[in-house]
Amino acid sequence: MLEYSFLAGILFGLYFGLVALGLNLIFGVMKIVNLAHGDFLMLGAYGAYVAFTDLHVNPLITLLAEVVIFALIGFPLYYLLVPRLQASRDPEMLSLILFFGFSQVIEALATLGFGSSERSIPGTVLGSGPVSIFQQTFPVAWVVSGAISLVAVGAIYVYLYRTRLGQLTRAVMAQREEALSTGINVQRVSAIAFGIGIAGAAVAGVLSPFMMGSVTPAMGVGVTITSFAVIVIGSLGNPLGTVAGGIIYGIALMLMQTYFSSWANLLPYLLLIAILLIKPTGLFGRRMRNA
Amino acid sequence: MPKAVVRSKRVIPMLMILVAVVAAFALAPRVYSNQLLLFNTIVYLVLAQGLNIIYGFTGYLPFGYVGFFGAGAYGFSLAVIHWHTPPLAALAVGVLVAVALALILTPLLRLSGAYFAVANLAASEAVLQIVSNPNLTDFTKGPYGISLEKIYNPTLSYGAAIVTLAFTLAIVVYLRSSRFGLALQAIREDAISAGMVGVDVVRGRVLAWLLSALVAGLIGGIFAWYVSVFYPETVFDLGISIFAVVFALFGGTATLVGPILGVLILYGIYNVIGISTPAYFQLIYGLLIVLLILFLPNGIVSLIDRGTRRVP
Repeated sequence: MLEYSFLAGILFGLYFGLVALGLNLIFGVMKIVNLAHGDFLMLGAYGAYVAFTDLHVNPLITLLAEVVIFALIGFPLYYLLVPRLQASRDPEMLSLILFFGFSQVIEALATLGFGSSERSIPGTVLGSGPVSIFQQTFPVAWVVSGAISLVAVGAIYVYLYRTRLGQLTRAVMAQREEALSTGINVQRVSAIAFGIGIAGAAVAGVLSPFMMGSVTPAMGVGVTITSFAVIVIGSLGNPLGTVAGGIIYGIALMLMQTYFSSWANLLPYLLLIAILLIKPTGLFGRRMRNA
Repeated sequence: MPKAVVRSKRVIPMLMILVAVVAAFALAPRVYSNQLLLFNTIVYLVLAQGLNIIYGFTGYLPFGYVGFFGAGAYGFSLAVIHWHTPPLAALAVGVLVAVALALILTPLLRLSGAYFAVANLAASEAVLQIVSNPNLTDFTKGPYGISLEKIYNPTLSYGAAIVTLAFTLAIVVYLRSSRFGLALQAIREDAISAGMVGVDVVRGRVLAWLLSALVAGLIGGIFAWYVSVFYPETVFDLGISIFAVVFALFGGTATLVGPILGVLILYGIYNVIGISTPAYFQLIYGLLIVLLILFLPNGIVSLIDRGTRRVP
């Protein structure tokens, strides 16, 4: 049981790392909280559902298409919302409210478009038969989702640490004013980070029917809070920290579900509060925050 | 002009607004039959002003503000169910539970910005998960909800809500015209500078935090008394927090009239459009919030408050 919980926790942890990564990137670069993060994930999930049931497209193909589509939605959305927000009195707080409103809009449109009933995609479309790792058997969908999450996180890591644009992005994360004064096009860098963040949410959304069970238009808020817990465990602006945070969260969730199943729903909230109070910079944080 | 005159010139208009609002809600049931709507409006007036105390004056945005409302409702109800406490004494229990929750959460004030907001949201969700856990059904009635029909008394509980409204508005009048309120706003703008000129930053923040929890717990208990049948999701609904935030912001925070205007205008619109299709309502409301933040981030009082004119 213990080994099973640990291994399943790692698979889910990789996935939760991916779920949270986009939110972390956007907060790290722009210091705004995308409370609609979970709703973009929900849209990604519905994209996969509609493509699968109506057009018989494999979710893995939908996944690649959605990366492009959601990134392209992200750029104009950035220019529409964020610069105006950043000019206001208190961007960080007002972003919470603005994106809450935006999440309501998305949820309402999804309810009108798809109905409020639960949707799901059978896990067998990602391959059949259970997979055995260290004598423990897991559904193949979990293993595939974990692997895809690892690849997606790896891609973002390469972008941030091995490309010129990624270096500029990290410069904006570290010191926005200085980045501006050295002539970095902060708006463009931020817009790209925003697009990547939303595309990451969509990728996690395509996998969500396999990892989170059924999909509903109202799932967004819960996903956003879980993502926040994962980010805070890891630390801000550190993609590897987010993955580590995801794995810690995943293992804790699996252990709770195995040994204290009726209290498992409490876990993300308690973990979030505990970490914030004990070590507000996150377990892997080096940078100071103005707490 | 002597100081006392300046001060009374500020306080008197605010007291007149206070009396007018309270009198309007006290007399309205005689001419308007939908008492539930009036009651809910009072609940939101209290919550929006209570949130104004902590967000408007100190800058902490409590996304989980509804946690205190729910704590008050449950403190009240469990006292009535388990100890057969008379309603007015049970309200005191509700307030104590809400203030105790706020005391437990005071360490959250060490966090700033979005961290505070989200941690507070998580705290309120955690309380909901505990209250609605089926394992605690014997004590909290778990997910099956509370029923208090024995003490059902709409007239008396409506009266209690009126008194709470007057009390909450009086707190805001005090903050708007006192040194303490000014100190809180100084902390909001720059905590370090405020501390250097002798403002007790920690005391100010904690007092504002407890005051805002107190009024939310009080109106939460009165809400439980008035409706007498409810579920955990009813009184811990995140939407209540959001409504309070949006109403206060729409009107304009750190003022007396802002949240009042916000509730009367937006809650009025809500009741006109909100009834038929919930999804359309959610859509319009979401758009309204987005447009509000983008184009009127300081609320409608900022339209009046240009230059030297001072909004009460």
